[in-house]
Amino acid sequence: MYQYNEFDHAFLRDRTAEFRDQVARRLAGELTEDEFKPLRLMNGLYLQLHAYMLRVAIPYGTLNAKQMRQLGVIAKRWDRDWGHFTTRQNIQYNWIKLDDVPDILDALADVEMHAIQTSGNCIRNVTADQFAGVAADEIEDSRVWAEIMRQWSTLHPEFTFLPRKFKIAITGSEHDRAAVKLHDIGLRMRRNEDGETGFEVIVGGGQGRTPIVGETIREFLPKQHLLSYLEAILRTYNLLGRRDNLYKARIKILVAAVGIEKFAEMVEEEWEAIRDSVLTLEPERIREIERHFAPPAYEEIAEPVVSFDAARFTDPAFSAWTRTNLFPHKQPGYAVVTVSLKPAGGVPGDATSAQMEALADLAERYSLGELRIAHEQNVVLPNVRKQDLHRFWHELGTHGLADANVGLITDIISCPGLDYCNLANARAIPIAQRISRHFADPALQAEIGPITLNISGCINACGHHHVGNIGILGVDKKGVEHYQITIGGIADENAAIGRILGPSFPAEEVVDAIDTLIATFRKIREQGEFFIDTVKRVGIEPFKETLYANH
Amino acid sequence: MKKKFEKQIMTANRLGDGAVVYLAADDDWVLSLHDAEVAESEEAAIRLEERAGLAMKQQKIVGPYLFAVAVSDRGISPISQREIIRAAGPTVGTDLPETTPLR
Repeated sequence: MYQYNEFDHAFLRDRTAEFRDQVARRLAGELTEDEFKPLRLMNGLYLQLHAYMLRVAIPYGTLNAKQMRQLGVIAKRWDRDWGHFTTRQNIQYNWIKLDDVPDILDALADVEMHAIQTSGNCIRNVTADQFAGVAADEIEDSRVWAEIMRQWSTLHPEFTFLPRKFKIAITGSEHDRAAVKLHDIGLRMRRNEDGETGFEVIVGGGQGRTPIVGETIREFLPKQHLLSYLEAILRTYNLLGRRDNLYKARIKILVAAVGIEKFAEMVEEEWEAIRDSVLTLEPERIREIERHFAPPAYEEIAEPVVSFDAARFTDPAFSAWTRTNLFPHKQPGYAVVTVSLKPAGGVPGDATSAQMEALADLAERYSLGELRIAHEQNVVLPNVRKQDLHRFWHELGTHGLADANVGLITDIISCPGLDYCNLANARAIPIAQRISRHFADPALQAEIGPITLNISGCINACGHHHVGNIGILGVDKKGVEHYQITIGGIADENAAIGRILGPSFPAEEVVDAIDTLIATFRKIREQGEFFIDTVKRVGIEPFKETLYANH
Repeated sequence: MKKKFEKQIMTANRLGDGAVVYLAADDDWVLSLHDAEVAESEEAAIRLEERAGLAMKQQKIVGPYLFAVAVSDRGISPISQREIIRAAGPTVGTDLPETTPLR
């Protein structure tokens, strides 16, 4: 993991001291709310429905046990004993007092964390594949590049007041687990014909009220040019992006307006002027960052691991968990574990302070001290020895963290919705809870198979409803919460926006509607077919017909 | 035709902790909307706004606004779902019963 140097530490201390002074001046009446609001937002502090909300960055979703433990301490000491992990690999605290915030920021700085650029029209927390560095299918560890981008973008003077917020995601694997095509800039690590690694650069993706799948403007960018090319894109957007209309200010609108070819031309032209500038990444600089992400001291373990296989044969519940929650590790004898934060009837992404403490302990004992946050709102322990998995799974169970549902219908992505968010039109979490209770039977979930079901409480789409195989969008219909359903959304390398099936449903009919969609799928699927493949094969009509048969 | 005036109360978030508060008599900002002062006319609503403006200057509250309510024998009820949730708290969460119903 990246370790802060003296400059980094001093910078955070100075920043917290500055905000402490700003808070004191606000409470003393020396700053009005209009003056204070931009200052608090620069430190990730929102005012939501019930209280202040603090959004903390987890850069590229990577954190160590000490950091996870501290997140739990903050939840216990300054919040209501839990935190909410988000689709941007952040954690949000929902019940924060204003005058506690400087102390919280100090506590975060103690473990090399902060809330800078988790709000505002700047480059937000860079997100990445949660399996970066350990995935067996990886071309290269994308954390190195995410860290380089983090350092470049943090307080970048030219990009502090962009037309709108700006989101970058990166994946180092062929299979995209970071939804890179749904970001302002998406980066995919690729190999060229000479075997060199570089980046495919995608721009103009995003969700919200105008969902667009990003397009490639460069098939292969040599690594040393990453920052100069990003700078060229940002500079083009900063100059031409609309500032007169909030809803048309994202880069996706600019790209759609000028066309992808023209936009690419403008970027290339800008890039020519700066490609060999100080932004060029020298090999020594790259190596310096790579050293922070050197593989840990793995043991040499021969496969197959007999005790692991034996436990799978003798313990069906464990076996079910290994089928859904494990991912192949590049190091023999190890597995990547996704810990579900989606218990039946639970709040997607919520973890109590006790669970965060437990995850920190488990990471230290079983995962070489490291954890990740997935954009699907789960926690990953990336380095667990297969011989430890059975015991590890038992221990997870004692903390309510052993649900075997990753990638299944109850692994729901949900935004906070109207229960917490000022922007929401409808609740999202209670709908997620009802659906997850309805489909709680493990056998039923296994029979349905891999599927994504995402819920947003408003058109801003923080719950990624556009790219759920089933998407649910909360809308306000004459003062009553209603829910619009889409199917066919995909968030990976084949990214697609879901299609609306028809009129929306009131809250009490949503579970039945989802049940009807699933029943339709089970009836018309071919042997072993996944939900999304059935939708691709038959289109939305059969689903639409059964869904609205009685309406 | 002039739209019929809906009864309104004044709400805001308390500056220090962000808690939802309502303007009551004597310029008190209270946690329960049942204790809020109800404006029954446009003139009364304007007076609530003036008092809220003063409270903002005194660093008591942030983001004040009026919202429509119904008043009955059982007390004051918000009309919008958003204000119902603001008044009663989230309908979900780890500190709430699993069975908290949807309204």
